[in-house]
Amino acid sequence: MEATHAHGAGHAHGDDHSHRPKGIMRWITTTNHKDIGTMYLWFSFAMFMVGGAMALIIRAELFQPGLQYVEPEFFNQMITLHGLIMVFGAIMPAFVGFANWMIPMMIGAPDMAFARMNNWSFWLLPPAGILLTASMFVPGGAAGTGWTLYPPLSIQMGIGMDMAIFAVHILGMSSIMGSINIVTTILNLRAPGMPLMRMPMFCWTWLITGYLLIAVMPVLAGAVTMILTDRHFGTSFFNAAGGGDPVLFQHIFWFFGHPEVYIIALPAFGVVSHVIPAFARKPIFGYTSMVYAIASIALISFIVWAHHMYVVGMPVAGQLYFMYATILIAVPTGVKVFNWVATMWRGSMTFETPMLFALGFLFLFTIGGFTGLVLSNTAVDVQLQDTYYVVAHFHYVMVAGALFSAFAAVYYWLPKWTGHMYDETLGQWHFWTSIVSFNIAFFPQHFLGLAGMPRRIPDYALQFTDFNQVSTVGAFGFGLSQLLFLYVVLKAIRGGEKAPAKPWEGATGLEWTLPSPPPYHSFEEPPVLTETKGHA
Amino acid sequence: MNRSADNRRVLFRLLVVAGLMFGFGYAMVPMYQKFCEVSGINNLLNPDDPLRNTQVDTSRKVTVEFDANLHGLPWNFKPGQTSVSVHPGELVHVVYRVSNTRNHPVTGQAIPSYGPQLAAAHFKKLECFCFSRQTLGPGESRDMPVVFVIDPALPKDVNTITLSYTFFEVAGTLAEPASKPIRPGV
Repeated sequence: MEATHAHGAGHAHGDDHSHRPKGIMRWITTTNHKDIGTMYLWFSFAMFMVGGAMALIIRAELFQPGLQYVEPEFFNQMITLHGLIMVFGAIMPAFVGFANWMIPMMIGAPDMAFARMNNWSFWLLPPAGILLTASMFVPGGAAGTGWTLYPPLSIQMGIGMDMAIFAVHILGMSSIMGSINIVTTILNLRAPGMPLMRMPMFCWTWLITGYLLIAVMPVLAGAVTMILTDRHFGTSFFNAAGGGDPVLFQHIFWFFGHPEVYIIALPAFGVVSHVIPAFARKPIFGYTSMVYAIASIALISFIVWAHHMYVVGMPVAGQLYFMYATILIAVPTGVKVFNWVATMWRGSMTFETPMLFALGFLFLFTIGGFTGLVLSNTAVDVQLQDTYYVVAHFHYVMVAGALFSAFAAVYYWLPKWTGHMYDETLGQWHFWTSIVSFNIAFFPQHFLGLAGMPRRIPDYALQFTDFNQVSTVGAFGFGLSQLLFLYVVLKAIRGGEKAPAKPWEGATGLEWTLPSPPPYHSFEEPPVLTETKGHA
Repeated sequence: MNRSADNRRVLFRLLVVAGLMFGFGYAMVPMYQKFCEVSGINNLLNPDDPLRNTQVDTSRKVTVEFDANLHGLPWNFKPGQTSVSVHPGELVHVVYRVSNTRNHPVTGQAIPSYGPQLAAAHFKKLECFCFSRQTLGPGESRDMPVVFVIDPALPKDVNTITLSYTFFEVAGTLAEPASKPIRPGV
């Protein structure tokens, strides 16, 4: 409990190790943003491994047509849990972890605005993760609806469904508290002399992501609560038998679900907006247009949700509206992509691991965005709805987009966190094995989808076999590559070449003015900003 | 300290936003109902407007097939006729027969669906047992009417329409009157 007072005013740097609880209690009671950031990142990695193992079960089953290893019911549960765990357990906590670690150091704040709430928002996650994974072992198994939890199936399933609903409630509370903390920190705790429009880009992306989360997580909480009351308390929101409408759930879900896509993507954009300038040794091109692009992506994301449900029987006018609104998102996204490319133009580029992952992000995210444009066309989507083309599309955006950006962030900031340089050779091996196996796994899925293979089905027609086998080989390669990542990170934590305060020549920002690793409490006195500091 | 008061003010405002958005999720339910009602989408459980100035199109005949399904109800449920052949624009009366095989009252709600789907917009039900919940007493049998008109604007290539009803049991509503209007979420 001592740690809750440890960031009080007037503390000197020297005595911060003296009265901290030791061992496990340090981590349970900590209110330090660096400790909490570390816990978020390790939790996220653990969930990434669990969700990844589920993905490999799915891919193993799909190696051949027919049923080999698992029952169809279990296959459906793996599909559902893989989606829920990767979205809510792996990707989102990873970026909250980066925010916890870096935002106070980037804006010259001593800690997050609400340090104790920060502790709470992390410690809500493990119970939710346990609820989700434990639901596999209850009678009836885990939810088998897919991560979208569509009724009527979600109204009919067993107790595993209730566990998934409560897990979503808890994860939602954690996200809302984390976002309130991040937004308040960014708005109130910036060092004197850092106006919003000179704030590092990662802070901008998180400020807007925080607002998105606060706006849409409660809507998801409402939607799953309606399922819960339909299941147990006799309401008929979605139950056709009582006059409800299952399609209503899809509208509410995707009103949350589409902004959720940008909740995942925007912080990834923020990371890339730091890494590319650092390794091109040029300031980011078009800072102001980047900020406006983020804000307009966030605003448009609220009015395009029904492009996930073109085939529910909506009128043509509705289809046209959602199609045009969706295509409109390509404009601000294009602004960002061109700005990143322009940042590299005539830069003195070097290709260390963070830069490789950022370039991999840029290349593959653009492919994912492009297939998204293809799918936004109603006439095309009617054909491709619920096929592997959609699976390929969102894995290019989520894995090659968000996850590669998270890898870039880890390699970029690992010297700062640990005080040691990571093994550059192994890091580059991790990049090349990841990007090659990723494309082997997911590129053929475009062809499978175009040929008509439906998603979420454990069996398939014979003619899809070859591409599925290629995809499975790639998926196992991708999974194994991540063990190399774990090794590189552990190696850097244990030792290695001593990292200077600013290991990257072109990096800018307040975080690099601190030693590596930074002291447990940093910026207790707000830093003095000059013209060149405090700008990403 | 001034800063912590500032922080608390932001916290409070953001919590209000989160609370309002939770309410917005629920507000989407009546908004959706209203939107469907105004735009005429998903108008399954209300009578359609009678067609005005309807000319009976005697130049063509459409076969309407009837189908009946039960979902977890201890009832017998059958159409009084398997199919009828009608002219578009003609007012048609048909009957479905339902009986409760249990010795206690059971309430059910019928949901219609159409094949092909595009025929739904041209199938105007003026009277239907699906407009309200039906409660059948112990062992009770009932003939239930459906009155409909097929819009002459039905595309020429549709020659057969299947009208299919599924009766669902309405849980926990045994004591309620059969004429209670259906409002989702109540």
